Amino acid sequence: MLLAMTAADADELRAFKVTGDAIVEPLGGARGDVARGRAIVVDRQKGLCLLCHTGPFPDQRFQGTLAPTLAGAGARWTEGQLRLRLVDSAKLNPATIMPSYYRTEGLTRVGAAWQNKPVLTAQEVEDVVAFLATLKDPQ
Amino acid sequence: MIRLVAAQRLLVPAAMMCLAAASAVMAQTIDGRRSGFDFMSRDSQQLQRDDTANPGMLAVLDGEGLWNAKAGRANRSCADCHQDASTSMKGVAARYPAFSAALNRPIDLQGRINACRETQQQATPLPWESKELLALSAYVGNQSRGMPIAPPDDARLAPFRQRGEALYTRRVGQLNFSCANCHDDNAGGKLASAVIPQAHPTGYPIYRLEWQGIGSLQRRLRGCFIGVRAEPYAYGAQEYVELELFLMSRAKGMTIETPAVRP
Ligand code: HEC
Ligand code: HEC
Repeated sequence: MLLAMTAADADELRAFKVTGDAIVEPLGGARGDVARGRAIVVDRQKGLCLLCHTGPFPDQRFQGTLAPTLAGAGARWTEGQLRLRLVDSAKLNPATIMPSYYRTEGLTRVGAAWQNKPVLTAQEVEDVVAFLATLKDPQ
Repeated sequence: MIRLVAAQRLLVPAAMMCLAAASAVMAQTIDGRRSGFDFMSRDSQQLQRDDTANPGMLAVLDGEGLWNAKAGRANRSCADCHQDASTSMKGVAARYPAFSAALNRPIDLQGRINACRETQQQATPLPWESKELLALSAYVGNQSRGMPIAPPDDARLAPFRQRGEALYTRRVGQLNFSCANCHDDNAGGKLASAVIPQAHPTGYPIYRLEWQGIGSLQRRLRGCFIGVRAEPYAYGAQEYVELELFLMSRAKGMTIETPAVRP
């Protein structure tokens, strides 16, 4: 399956291409930074990941129980697969509760402060992808 | 951590008395439906159970004072019309929101209290979330404590309740959640440190440890909207009454706990 995706409202979002269950190319061509990615993942206001997920973060208290562990995500998935799961998980599972981190369309009653903004920027998505790819150990 | 400190400070007398105190509310589970009470720590449960420790009882006491105070151009108190609240107000909170023929739409208990202020007392309505309105709602609500939630069988409410259900299942906000995503599909799970309850409005207004104060169901719902980065409706919006209608019918038969304590 090969679908061409161009995000409308493109002044905020870069165009990307979904290939199978992955976005192979980095968003806007940017490469991610592992340390920045980790900081985003553990940030409760920015990445929000640990509201739902657990993961290999012994320093982090109060990790959620609504989603699979992030441990081993980098072994289970390629960078391209991780990228699509972050950009728009709903494409793979319309019933998912995982927010679409790089999408602004098809949302309802978005708060004034968040309108027409993705949860993470293209660069931040790349940072998180780079970090997740390092999580090879399933423990 | 503020929460725990508050709980511990208030809990010292509660812990000593709780064995003796006849518990006003016990754990309540009806056909798999569980009150937010059941999801709380034992410390918070004890805080709610013991009237001498439950901080929500302060609002109930304030409300009793307001019930008996003359107000407005009519210079009449609630008690002048309704007499003893322990009989006249018993069961009222269990059946609200109710249909107002005058307004031709449903109103919640706070709306009813303000309607009486305006028309009967000829006083200015109390602002939403004001200490006075919360106190009167807590006092009136407390008269139904222990009674089963009993939504009225009133056909005029049905379309509003249906709109409430639609709101409950609609995804909103930048994070794109519906109420049902959390409270039906993930109740009992942990969103970071918070256990997700089933969203039964059994104890409003509540004393919430995180607020360090008493608040209405509307304040609670606003918090949930803001949490998913949705634009909350303004206080008093019809959408909250519609959501409450749906939530109350979903909680039919569960026991009123007002004033409940929540984390
Ligand atoms: C509100 C809940 C929620 C939040 C917040 C969330 N996720 Fe998820 N995530 C899920 C759920 C649930 C799944 C399971 C798959 C599904 O439902 O489609 C999932 C799946 C995943 C997967 C695939 C897991 C696997 O191995 O199968 C990855 C990777 C992932 N999330 C990463 C993240 C990252 C990184 C963040 C933050 C930037 C994040 N998630 C934020 C709920 C969430
Ligand atoms: C992302 C998850 C999430 C969503 C979406 C959400 N809530 Fe909540 N809700 C919570 C959590 C968590 C609590 C408990 C808060 C705490 O203990 O800190 C809560 C508490 C409540 C309560 C209080 C229950 C009690 O025992 O007093 C009600 C009622 C409620 N929510 C209704 C709603 C409604 C209606 C919606 C949709 C408009 C909604 N919620 C959307 C997570 C959510």
